[in-house]
Amino acid sequence: MASAREEIMGRLHEALGREDGVTTRPGIVPGTGRPVDIAAPVPRDYRRTGALDHESVIAQLVDRLVDYRANVVEAQPAEVPGVVAEKLAGAASVVAPLGLDGGVLSALDEPVLSALDPAVHITVEDETTALTVDELDRTSAVITSSRVSCAQTGTIFLDGADDCGRRAISLVPDHHVCLVPESSIVEIVPEAWARIDPTRTVTMISGPSATSDIELERVEGVHGPRTLDVVIVRGV
Amino acid sequence: MTTFLGMPAVGGGPAIRHARVPGSIPGALGNVFESEHFPDYAERELGNAQLRRNLGHATSTIRAKRANVVAELPDWEELRSAGAAIKQTVMANLPELLEQFAEAFEAAGGHVHWARDADEANRIVEELIEAHAPVLDTGRREVVKIKSMATQEIGLNEYLEPRGIDAFETDLAELIVQLGDDKPSHILVPAIHKNRTEIRDIFLEQMPDVDPGLTDDPPKLAEAARRHLRNKFLTTKVAVSGANFGIASTGTLGVVESEGNGRMCLTLPETLITVMGIEKLLPAPEDLEVFLQLLPRSSTGERMNPYTSFWTGVTPGDGPQNVHVVLLDNGRSRALADEYGRSALHCIRCSACMNVCPVYERTGGHAYGSTYPGPIGAILSPLLTGVEAEENDSLPYASSLCGACYSACPVKIDIPSILVHLRGEDHLAKEEAAAEAGPAQRVRRLASAEGQLDAGLKAASWAMADGRRIALAERALPLASLLGARSGRIRRMPGVVGAWTSSRDVPRLPAQSFRTWWGKNRGAAPSSGHDRSAAAKEGDR
Repeated sequence: MASAREEIMGRLHEALGREDGVTTRPGIVPGTGRPVDIAAPVPRDYRRTGALDHESVIAQLVDRLVDYRANVVEAQPAEVPGVVAEKLAGAASVVAPLGLDGGVLSALDEPVLSALDPAVHITVEDETTALTVDELDRTSAVITSSRVSCAQTGTIFLDGADDCGRRAISLVPDHHVCLVPESSIVEIVPEAWARIDPTRTVTMISGPSATSDIELERVEGVHGPRTLDVVIVRGV
Repeated sequence: MTTFLGMPAVGGGPAIRHARVPGSIPGALGNVFESEHFPDYAERELGNAQLRRNLGHATSTIRAKRANVVAELPDWEELRSAGAAIKQTVMANLPELLEQFAEAFEAAGGHVHWARDADEANRIVEELIEAHAPVLDTGRREVVKIKSMATQEIGLNEYLEPRGIDAFETDLAELIVQLGDDKPSHILVPAIHKNRTEIRDIFLEQMPDVDPGLTDDPPKLAEAARRHLRNKFLTTKVAVSGANFGIASTGTLGVVESEGNGRMCLTLPETLITVMGIEKLLPAPEDLEVFLQLLPRSSTGERMNPYTSFWTGVTPGDGPQNVHVVLLDNGRSRALADEYGRSALHCIRCSACMNVCPVYERTGGHAYGSTYPGPIGAILSPLLTGVEAEENDSLPYASSLCGACYSACPVKIDIPSILVHLRGEDHLAKEEAAAEAGPAQRVRRLASAEGQLDAGLKAASWAMADGRRIALAERALPLASLLGARSGRIRRMPGVVGAWTSSRDVPRLPAQSFRTWWGKNRGAAPSSGHDRSAAAKEGDR
């Protein structure tokens, strides 16, 4: 008896009228009777690069993030530890990925968490210190960097690299402080997506967790972090 | 944009090829059938004033949001064209892309399963759950679920329930539907037919630990859902998801969502089982630069949805380490074999077509019976099952053919033309069935609405083919105009048109035809073909 895979493949070949690898049933363009031109290339005459200047792109990102009810601040490199400490002021515990100070953020004079109140319990995750799900649930906040941000849609991309951390840490704590290096900001979706390796674990974040399921009104704060603080790091 | 209304081409246009679906390809099983004829269900739903208020409010809100964010993109039409072309490429190369996807997904540490139909997919998922989810103190196993059309289609939750497995829906709207023991009525917002007060009442009744003082304030309702599900996310070992996209060249899967329930299910459990329709593939990563723009703007009317996740097989140290995908046919190969309706498989489940549909807005989604309601459901369900299946023959008629769905569709599915095509399929199927049947059934067919329409259309076609015949027919007009002479309205007509006049009046027929009027007032005959002699004669009188 044929396996499910063989049988499905057989049906697909029959549906397409495959004869020696050639498709004899290409489909019909509805309303015309003309056969579909299956050899035609995909027209890619949509915009693949943005048109705004750099400062306008940053202004647009801020505008869109605020529209999603995220809190946004801009900080010069020397101000970053202070701004982060302020954002995490009320937190009892914070989790951070191992490579938070790596990548472009290694250009900062002081580590990102250097100005934090000593009372805050900090876990910097590596293979041996990974928190359990319950421990993460009891952690008040998470701080990560990010790979690329798309201004047009207000979207921040995390890719599981050392400075973004594994997916669970930016999900379970209720407060996410996310660093966005200025050099990682682009204008439109194709520019952002081109910087992403999809075979990594990719999380795209556009504002805090939200739902539109009740009368199609957007309500912030369901299962993901209910507070999203974005720190745009100028000059790196 | 033109909408094909089934009118034959005039003057030697392209002949319409009629290619029937090979009979050897089986149709779908599962929740893709009408339980009763659309007009009967719709008539009942139209009597529900609360439903119509909720739907009218919701669809008009989302229509305005969508229009705003679509207008923001100067290249929206180019994106639509690219989206349609990419999907066309996918359909033409589906066998090769599936092989490629399966190979890449397995190379990344994932397991690939193939399901011919809903039953087989359900069995595969059940076996995986039994192998990986522990039996709890209650004697049952539990899984958390991300909202998924594919698992709705195969009826997974209903299948698992009597087999000792509870599947918890974690999307807020699905939760509302599940707790209310209800059915989804919209692809995107399954509880669109419920307003906030109705939702509050469901929560008060069905959530064990809910605050009895819960108000109908949406943020409070969302908070209640968060508390209700939190522990499930943190402790459940197996999650079941659908997928919005699968990238063939890399074996990557993607889920688009809002609330973070998706991220919870994709990240925290040990085992992840994804059920994906085989048509969801995209050839390469770059294709997502198109669909990541088309989908959110078309569905929730946002520039981007709050969360989108991609994963490729297993990533050590990050998320589930036991990852499965079930590639589901369930009638998709049958839809692919319909050369005319094939492009219905381009659908990315955005729901823009239902939000703009005047029929959907009034009847709601339940009237369509299937998991797939609205204009796309009216073509997709009969394409998956075959139009002759059960009650699905009424779905292609659940439309006024206004074409709004075609304009809204982000991948340019010509839904009106496919509806007309399926009406033709339905007609042929009924004729064939009547021809094969005995004389008694043939007589019944002649007397049926379709039979009367057939006879009427044949007569009209004969009369209209020749100017002399139509002129002759028009002579009956002065007599026919006596109908309804007193009120100026015809209130009841016989036979098949009686259904029309049961809820409408027909204006009284005029005493003379336009051609007669023209002859009298302009004196000259219309200037083409053999109409001339007949019209000229009338003019002479």
